[in-house]
Amino acid sequence: MSEKPIRVLVAKPGLDGHDRGAKVIARALRDAGMEVIYTGLRQTPEQIAAAAIQEDVDVVAMSILSGAHNHLFPKVVKLLKDQNADDILIIGGGVIPEDDIPGLKEAGIAEIFTPGTSTTEVIEYIENSVKKSS
Amino acid sequence: MFEDEKLEKIRNSKKEWQETTLSKTISRFPERKEKFRTGSGDEVKRLYTPEDVKDFDYNEELGFPGQYPYTRGVQPTMYRGRLWTMRQYAGYATAEESNKRYKYLLEQGQTGLSVAFDLPTQIGYDSNHPLAEGEVGKVGVAIDSLKDMEILFDGIPLDKVSTSMTINAPAAVLLAMYIAVAEKQGVSQDKLRGTIQNDILKEYIARGTYIFPPQPSMRLITDIFEYCSKNVPKWNTISISGYHIREAGSSAVQEVAFTLANGIAYVQAAIDAGLDVDSFAPRLSFFFNAHNDLLEEVAKFRAARRLWAKIMKERFKAKNPKSMRMKFHTQTAGSTLTAQQPDNNIIRVTIQTLAAVLGGTQSLHTNSRDEALALPTEESVRIALRTQQIVAHESGVTETIDPLAGSYYVESLTNKIEEEAAKYIEKIDELGGSPKAIEKGYVQKEIQESAYDYQKEVESGKRIVVGVNKYQIDEEPPKDILKVDPEVERLQREKLENLKEERDNEKVKASLEALRTAAQGSENTMPYILDAVKAYATLGEICGVLREEFGEYQQSIIL
Repeated sequence: MSEKPIRVLVAKPGLDGHDRGAKVIARALRDAGMEVIYTGLRQTPEQIAAAAIQEDVDVVAMSILSGAHNHLFPKVVKLLKDQNADDILIIGGGVIPEDDIPGLKEAGIAEIFTPGTSTTEVIEYIENSVKKSS
Repeated sequence: MFEDEKLEKIRNSKKEWQETTLSKTISRFPERKEKFRTGSGDEVKRLYTPEDVKDFDYNEELGFPGQYPYTRGVQPTMYRGRLWTMRQYAGYATAEESNKRYKYLLEQGQTGLSVAFDLPTQIGYDSNHPLAEGEVGKVGVAIDSLKDMEILFDGIPLDKVSTSMTINAPAAVLLAMYIAVAEKQGVSQDKLRGTIQNDILKEYIARGTYIFPPQPSMRLITDIFEYCSKNVPKWNTISISGYHIREAGSSAVQEVAFTLANGIAYVQAAIDAGLDVDSFAPRLSFFFNAHNDLLEEVAKFRAARRLWAKIMKERFKAKNPKSMRMKFHTQTAGSTLTAQQPDNNIIRVTIQTLAAVLGGTQSLHTNSRDEALALPTEESVRIALRTQQIVAHESGVTETIDPLAGSYYVESLTNKIEEEAAKYIEKIDELGGSPKAIEKGYVQKEIQESAYDYQKEVESGKRIVVGVNKYQIDEEPPKDILKVDPEVERLQREKLENLKEERDNEKVKASLEALRTAAQGSENTMPYILDAVKAYATLGEICGVLREEFGEYQQSIIL
């Protein structure tokens, strides 16, 4: 019996152009058997939420390195919630200071991955979290 | 470099060494790895000997400092004459805050300024644009109009410092603001020294702050070349950047190849626009990355200089030697810095500083230890600057020119990097040049492959990153990291509203319409941008007009 593959939207909110991490993660998730959609740069929270719903994803993985995470991550959570899509797992990564993490988790970001994280960690986290909730 | 007879002797001795001394040792103590590789993954031999540089012609390939092909450096005396410019990239929050940091850096012995702009500024949006939300003042200083620029350089004599500005798509606007501030200080534009990055091709490839499609972007760039060649002769009109290509994950060879391929595209565009190659080429400058593999990096810098000199002379038929001289800025590699045990980054930066200096850089930014965590604190920036000062004054590597020349390994690696980069450039030529190769996603794909391979090597433990996949410790998250007050965004918007009430809005409107007409035609846009800036039109308004006329670039997504 083949399980339905996990669908992930890898998204770059905000204006920064550092997409090395996002692309490496996207490749690694795909190599791990997930279906990956990458948004490209400069996506607004509205665009990300709309793409997540339209693509019917299980996970939204956002990457940001500009420091605008406190502003943009929670917005995506709220937009998805407003559209009754709060079953989507939302995770984030990038240069995110340790003391911003509790606030982001409170706002509904399930996990934050900071520099030095291995792709295996991210893959395992997604696999475990999505399995649990379905 | 060696006579055949002598080479034969060396070859025989080497064979003997391999069969006796070496094989005895290896049978008892095998080497640590089957294959040894450079930081970029190229195989490294056990030993380099005169055999590896046997066809090497000293005068042809190395020559002398300050002379073609500039392998040994672009100035005749290099650091014996003058040290490199120590230039720390800085800027955050408001113009007032950044002005303070610049004055601090100058007091600490820094010798040039380097301005970091926030992302809305880099993408041509004012601070009150919806897309600017959450980004104002974060990765650099927010500049909305000439007013902010006046504050940014308040009390800094622009005839005395040289200023580098990391600005690309709206480079013409920020340069115009700089010229206007100087004018108010009583400094005429022909005295200004500095650099604008102005390299749009690598924005499409790796850095992401593009606005317009390639064609109008190339036109803005050639407009700047032309304007500056007549009016701002000491200004470096472009900094053709491999830095971000390397940060995105490329190898050393790819960094050289893709950067020089972009350089070729700019030179060709300017020639096609009717400019004489020697009228603008002396003001081209480059910007490279300095990574951890010390010797590979030194070879890279030397190879890049030699290859560019040949390209300018042979391909573009430049006559002025200054057109063939590759001057470059270097920054240490942000992507090598770890969030784990951040003080270790000081040592990484030291090695990279040595690479840049032994490679003959003209200016250098050293990264701060805490950059994988947040914006650097004042203390971290000072240590980074001190790193350069220690290498300059205590290490001894500045006392003679190009001290690694003649090393069998470094020379053979220099040759190899040059050859492989030239092959890549040939491939890009076949694809129709750099803009076409970018459009097809070829360049991005090559870089992504290298980045992914690197990540896999780190995760498999094949490549050791100290503190990340080996020698880890439990550590507390660092305490004092610098954060930008969210209040900055509100303040900046308030300033913008005030400006729009105070300025002569009729004059602004007229200047913007004049710019629109110029953009529609083929006139040089630079004087019109300067007029608009002086009327206090905002960056967003000026780029808005150009967006309407030129359209916006749509990124092709390659995974």
